[in-house]
Amino acid sequence: MKRTPQERIQSAASPFAAHSGDGTTTRPRRVLLLGPQRLQPTLDQAVEALGIRGRIAAVTAGWEEREGEDQELSAHLGGRSFNLKVWERGEDVYARDRELHVAVRERNEKLRVAQELYQLRLGHLLAAAREILRKGQPMGFQKIYAAEGTSAIESIRTLDREHLARIREQNEEFYERWKPWQRELVARHREELARMLGEAELLCIAGGHVTILLRRLRLFGVLDLLDEQPIIAWSAGAMVVSERVVLFHDDPPQGAGSAEVAELGLGACKGVVPLPHADKRLELGDRERVALFARRFAPDICPALVPKTRLDWHGQRWSAQAGTLQLDPSGQLVEAGA
Amino acid sequence: MSSFLEELERHAHDAPAELDRWLDSQSIPHVDGRSVTFAFHGQVDSIHLRHWIFGLPSSQAFTRIPGTRLWHLSMQLPENSRMEYKLEIARGAARQLVHDPLNPAQAHDPFGGNSVVYGAGYEVPSWTNPDPETREGHLEEHEIASDVFGEKRPFQLYFPARYRTMRRYPLLVVHDGDDYVRFSNLKTVLDNLIHRLEIPSMVVALIQSPDRMREYADDPRHAEFLVRELVPLLERRYPLLAQPSARGLMGASFGAVASLAAAWRYPSFFGNLMLQSGSFVFTDVGQHDRGPVFDQVVRFVNEFRDNPGRPSERVFMSCGQYESLIYYNRSLYPMLQQTGMQVRFSESRDGHNWENWRDRLREGLSYLFPGPLWYVYE
Repeated sequence: MKRTPQERIQSAASPFAAHSGDGTTTRPRRVLLLGPQRLQPTLDQAVEALGIRGRIAAVTAGWEEREGEDQELSAHLGGRSFNLKVWERGEDVYARDRELHVAVRERNEKLRVAQELYQLRLGHLLAAAREILRKGQPMGFQKIYAAEGTSAIESIRTLDREHLARIREQNEEFYERWKPWQRELVARHREELARMLGEAELLCIAGGHVTILLRRLRLFGVLDLLDEQPIIAWSAGAMVVSERVVLFHDDPPQGAGSAEVAELGLGACKGVVPLPHADKRLELGDRERVALFARRFAPDICPALVPKTRLDWHGQRWSAQAGTLQLDPSGQLVEAGA
Repeated sequence: MSSFLEELERHAHDAPAELDRWLDSQSIPHVDGRSVTFAFHGQVDSIHLRHWIFGLPSSQAFTRIPGTRLWHLSMQLPENSRMEYKLEIARGAARQLVHDPLNPAQAHDPFGGNSVVYGAGYEVPSWTNPDPETREGHLEEHEIASDVFGEKRPFQLYFPARYRTMRRYPLLVVHDGDDYVRFSNLKTVLDNLIHRLEIPSMVVALIQSPDRMREYADDPRHAEFLVRELVPLLERRYPLLAQPSARGLMGASFGAVASLAAAWRYPSFFGNLMLQSGSFVFTDVGQHDRGPVFDQVVRFVNEFRDNPGRPSERVFMSCGQYESLIYYNRSLYPMLQQTGMQVRFSESRDGHNWENWRDRLREGLSYLFPGPLWYVYE
């Protein structure tokens, strides 16, 4: 049922008071996750597949100061889109509500420190798991190796869960104390956003800087201002609409290249760890790495969101366009949704 | 005897045209594990391999296969090595240095260039070549009226793709910048590393000196030019971050000396130093034997070793194991660490050349200026 802008604004006091209480939205909706759109755009086909004929709200906040340079996106959508300017709204809030800005920076600093400590522990656990799994299973010792391998991965999963709980705690504390949605400036932007979203049949979320995108969307509770309109998201956009944001790169120029949980997602779709640009960022031919990644995040699916792929969340279940692959615990890439 | 050498001997008595055809069809120099075999076909009295690998005789004679005009030389070349060389051909009293006619691989430098052979496992890094997906930055010609030098000095500025005046950028100043662009593909490397998010978008000033052997050897005018004239001008004119942690200074050979010397004279101005194959020659006792051009360098490095201070925050050093400078660089590394700076040192199986410096750019620049790779998914 379509709500008025005022009803949408009043539905929750903060992202962490809303619905499930974990900062994610539980309102069921269609969510399409696409591969990167820059060189081989398929967004228009996805819009067509949803039967959208009306106007489209776009979020390009991950592009930061280039947020407004969305002419190509607009042209691709036949001029039907309008930009919610979520990054610019955040800049406006932080420039004029200094108290909130200081509080945000303090929260971010706490999250940064928590991330560093988590990375420290994670590095050791991942090294141990890789070492055990690399040794294979010598004759006569298979059972021992398999059990140790499983325990090693379980240790990582436990650490990931603990870390996510700490992130949640920091965010809850921040939203509970500062109640951004009730502050004048944020409230005014939310009113505008609610009105704009009321005119949209679809919300598109582009990629960019994943935590900036996520935290700006959360600051204004953009997803909570929607009714049942579907979402199409790609790249960092796909990551933020899932339940947890996992950063990844197997071969960075510095550091070990250990995938890490970095934030709670907005939870518009469940049971997925989206991997945009997986073909460039992951060593997909390395069976040990692929297997470890898939086992670590199971039962969530880990789709390789490369150009021309599409994953479709129907509110309860996933389906995938043919050719969309996911990382499998066997170490191989298998057809997603198969 | 290696199988390739056996093949050479088998073909050595072919008709000249047939032999040339066969040689053209081969990959020469022929690399087999740690062994490399060079070949030459022609009417000469002797032929030598001239290279610049410190520790090996710099001239090595080819052997003629008796009764033929086919010459060969085999030597060890460790894995992942790059070796630049020329052939010295003697006909009568005349001697001539030439590129290896059977080897299409060449490296270029301000003096012309050399043939180059790659040891097993070496690959030209993909990020040094143009990538069609990469958004390109651009170069602009500029000049600055320098009071210190009493003349106008030209320089180039690199602006990254999607440069926007509302954003603020780090600044990297590169000694011998034109040469880095021409011989180390610096512009392509910057484009690629920025596109891949391995370094942040940055503005890069490419400077050249008309008298580098003097000005780069701890000439106080050069340091003053950088710190009091060039960087302030750029920070006034462009949206730069204007803080030590966002400033970098880089150079190779004498350019590395100039970088360290400027940072030493103006500590904490440049937060990041990239020192490639620095000519950091010093003496513990007695005189150096590198000629008068090194006098100022040795004086500086000796003074620096006595009183290093803390010139910068982070330093990336690299040096080839085949350079005579490796000893000096290895000596300097622990000393720089003791100053409290964060220092990384990277060695390679390569010599004192622009492709060695090119191949270390990713490691060095991403260490000094880590990009947003981990957080950006576009």
